[in-house]
Amino acid sequence: MTPILEARGLTAGYGPSPVLHSLDFAVPAGGVTTILGANGAGKTTTLRAVSGLIRATGEVRLAGERIDRLAAEDVARRGVAHVPDGRGTFVALSVEENLRLGAYTRRDPGGVARDMERVYGLFPVLAERRRQQAGTLSGGEQQMLAISRALMLRPSLLLLDEPSFGLAPLIVREIFRIMRTVNESEGVAILLVEQNASLALGLASRAYLLETGRVVVAGSAAELGANDAIRRSYLGY
Amino acid sequence: MEAFLHQVLSGLATGGIYAIVALALVMIYQATHLVNFAQGEMAMFSTYLAWTMIDAGVPYWPAFAATVALSFVLGIAIERIVIRPVEKAPVLAVVIVFIGLLVILNSVAGWIYTYTIKSFPSPFPTHRILGGYVSAHELGVMAVTMGVLVLLFVFFRFTPLGLAMRAAAQNPVSSRLVGIRVGWMLALGWGLAAAVGAVAGMMVAPIVFLDPNMMAGILLYGFAAALLGGIDNPAGAVFGGFVVGVLENLAGAYLVGTELKLTVALVLIVGVLVMRPSGLFGRVLVTRV
Repeated sequence: MTPILEARGLTAGYGPSPVLHSLDFAVPAGGVTTILGANGAGKTTTLRAVSGLIRATGEVRLAGERIDRLAAEDVARRGVAHVPDGRGTFVALSVEENLRLGAYTRRDPGGVARDMERVYGLFPVLAERRRQQAGTLSGGEQQMLAISRALMLRPSLLLLDEPSFGLAPLIVREIFRIMRTVNESEGVAILLVEQNASLALGLASRAYLLETGRVVVAGSAAELGANDAIRRSYLGY
Repeated sequence: MEAFLHQVLSGLATGGIYAIVALALVMIYQATHLVNFAQGEMAMFSTYLAWTMIDAGVPYWPAFAATVALSFVLGIAIERIVIRPVEKAPVLAVVIVFIGLLVILNSVAGWIYTYTIKSFPSPFPTHRILGGYVSAHELGVMAVTMGVLVLLFVFFRFTPLGLAMRAAAQNPVSSRLVGIRVGWMLALGWGLAAAVGAVAGMMVAPIVFLDPNMMAGILLYGFAAALLGGIDNPAGAVFGGFVVGVLENLAGAYLVGTELKLTVALVLIVGVLVMRPSGLFGRVLVTRV
């Protein structure tokens, strides 16, 4: 079966010197893949290269079709929803307007209305705050809003950039539980980038370890979880 | 007392024009965080287009509508052709481009239409109403201002495209990630600003007469209005427009005389920038360092 996302020789950066050196990775259709690594390893850059926010060389295929030459707005229109680092909230707009923007490219008002109710069902706290200005939400609520906004696109692939960053453990667990639901019950594939390795390996089936822009270990999540070097450096036991 | 009332009312009428100009400035400021110094000349050029059509025998309102539509297209063209290439340039470079645009539009208008002053018709009757306090044209200008304001409010508040434009101005990266074509939203903003400016030009031309320099002072008043209301707040800009119009008239009548009226705008600009840079209703920008 063709993977939903496949990258080959992905090289990207911000200036003349690349941050990523020829990465190969894949997300199986309907699966969850995680990319682990320390600060500055190139995790965020990888997601930006996939979603077209920065120029990259190499091949990126979405369900077999090349997307590496597309602009970010066109990648989004093909069903890739990127939840960026820092959450990318439209802070001056209301919660509901943020969600409506997530569905900006869709032309089925009925489906959008149903999806709006669905994400309010997943995150009831957002329903309570639907008229509130999004900038006034707490960090956890903004992360929930960012994920909800991405789901409003009806994506086939969700790119998540450190959803646990700066949040209380209880909220992180809640968010990961809902992402599992979204993946299992709706078949949305996920590419998750995380520093919190134990959480990420719990959700993912495939995993890659990134060090200074290179894939140093690749395998199933179970294999990476059992790898001694990874346990010591990234899991802390 | 009667004279005073008259000054206030006619101040509100010219204030309406400043309000429209201020709205156009705010629209481009919100999207780019820059003040479009060529806004006045764009409006002047649009008014000449209207004059050409009316002169050729087109009735007023069809000419009005055609001018607004044409200005919208020209605004988009200016953004695509002139502004787009300097999108990533330093602020000063863009400001210079704005000033260049101002000079070019001014000179081209003078070249095509000459610098002789032309009269421009008003769609409203000329007689005075409400006991002579206000002319029908002045009242019409106020009505048009409110109409433009309501249309823009409805557009930005209730349509998906309006929402997308607000989103693109606020957070371009997130906007792209939900599939909004941010570049086109900017162009659309220029188109709207040009269309709104065209309305201002056609409303003010019957009062100040049509010539290539007719918007120079009005742009200053519009700028003062936008600053006073808060340059990122459309409703504030409109309020600022009316306040500046009344202040200008009262100062002209009782304080400094008509020759020095323009200094009121300059004093306001400097005053607002010194005392309250965010204006009356503007958001104070806090940046984390």
